[in-house]
Amino acid sequence: MTPLAAILVRDMRIAVRVGGGALIGVLFFLVVVTLIPFAVGPNLPLLKQIGPAILWLAALLASLLALDRLFAADHEDGSLDLILTGRAPLELVVATKGLAHWLTTGLPLVIAAPLIGLLLNLDAPAEITLVLTLLVGTPALTFIGLIGAAIAVTLRRGGLLLAVIVLPLTVPVLIFGVAAANTVGPLPFGTPFTILCALTLASLVVGPFAAAAALRQEME
Amino acid sequence: MAIADLANPTRFLKFANRTIPWLSGLTVIVFAYGIDQAMLAPDDYQQGATVKIMFLHVPSAWLGMLGWGLMSVAALGTLVWRHPLADVAAKAAAPIGAAFTLLCLVTGSLWGRPEWGTYWVWDARLTSELVLLLLYLGVIALWRTVEDPSRAARAAAILSLVGAIDLPIIKFSVDWWNTLHQGSSVFRVGGSTIDSSILIPLFIMAAAFTLLFFTLHLAAMRNEILRRRVRTLRLMQATAVS
Amino acid sequence: MNAVNHMGFIVASYATAIAVVGALVAWVTLDYRAQRVRLADLEMRGVTRRSTPAQSERTIEQAKEKA
Repeated sequence: MTPLAAILVRDMRIAVRVGGGALIGVLFFLVVVTLIPFAVGPNLPLLKQIGPAILWLAALLASLLALDRLFAADHEDGSLDLILTGRAPLELVVATKGLAHWLTTGLPLVIAAPLIGLLLNLDAPAEITLVLTLLVGTPALTFIGLIGAAIAVTLRRGGLLLAVIVLPLTVPVLIFGVAAANTVGPLPFGTPFTILCALTLASLVVGPFAAAAALRQEME
Repeated sequence: MAIADLANPTRFLKFANRTIPWLSGLTVIVFAYGIDQAMLAPDDYQQGATVKIMFLHVPSAWLGMLGWGLMSVAALGTLVWRHPLADVAAKAAAPIGAAFTLLCLVTGSLWGRPEWGTYWVWDARLTSELVLLLLYLGVIALWRTVEDPSRAARAAAILSLVGAIDLPIIKFSVDWWNTLHQGSSVFRVGGSTIDSSILIPLFIMAAAFTLLFFTLHLAAMRNEILRRRVRTLRLMQATAVS
Repeated sequence: MNAVNHMGFIVASYATAIAVVGALVAWVTLDYRAQRVRLADLEMRGVTRRSTPAQSERTIEQAKEKA
């Protein structure tokens, strides 16, 4: 097994185990969405209107959850040092960890979203649109999050700082994600969706490079 | 054999090994009878055949609440009497109760779509039942997150007792608030409002589901005891001086 | 009241019930087998429960300290 594949499998295994972020992300997603009608009122037409926006927000917050342990856990047990001195390029290792995070945190959110959309009275076309935009957009959330996680790696209580750093960076993804989710018709193809795709592709490159640079800085 | 004897895990395992086989058989028989009676039951004059969903929905709701009630009693066992099997009983009950709560929500949603025109509405009963599901998932997450079983048990026990407040809320939600969900029609002052041709199959199905719950619970308790043995043995193995 | 239309919902409900119950039974059964396998494996390696409770207690305490 190549080093990158080994890291991928290891990260995914840790994520589904005790204390890992995988399914708790979906639970948090569900809890946040459940809270909205308590705050906004059980008005079904209103919920249907703001539904995609709520689901996007909740997905964003839930994605954030497992991020702060991403590098910090490795830092604590020393494996980060091994990774830094290893032969595999740090950018690729970071990208692999990002992929593991998305597979165990982001993808479950995408799968859970339609069921939770039912709670907000979304109809079938809106559900399909939403799922497609989340599918394209959640990798961006993960890969941008990598940057914050890397910056906050040496901090013990890095969680909130991480959120403060990452959330502003994710605003463009949120704007175009919600705009794409609100487009009429089952398929969200249009300008917002195209820009969303572009943002994700850019983050797949920028994220690992920035995060690697931050890790090198922090660990010196 | 007194209940106190069951407190010993080994004796409990023997009890479980003897009981689970015939209890499963009994469950299957009662289910067969219950489903037969449910299918033969007449259609509701208003709802037509969709009333048959009730034979799944109502027992699931009862079992979801039974599960949490059992966890609360077990919580007292853990916190007050330190009964050795209370932890095991609580941990085993959580996934089963959660599954039936989920089934209640899904069957209710599928029943609501033809009856009310919507899969979901945020009325008091549906919301409090959804909150029960969230509580279940939370306590399961808690069990899985804390490494040491006895610390996990105490934390889960407190959460179970606090969360028990949801049970009366669910039960009385249709009385206290204006809900889309229909009012109490089975257990109410003045007797049930459901005709016996439907009520009796409902009770048979409820009995079947309850037997299923306890069969699964016993089996899950057995598994949990074995799991703890494995953990203890592995800890011993890890520290064994060779 | 269109009973034919509603048949889909009734079938879906019963199918979900079967799926949920099936999943529970599968969970309980597979978990049982997994634990039995692990116990048999440990027994094969000679790791058995000590007959003296005091000995086991001490070993578990040591294990907890090291963990």
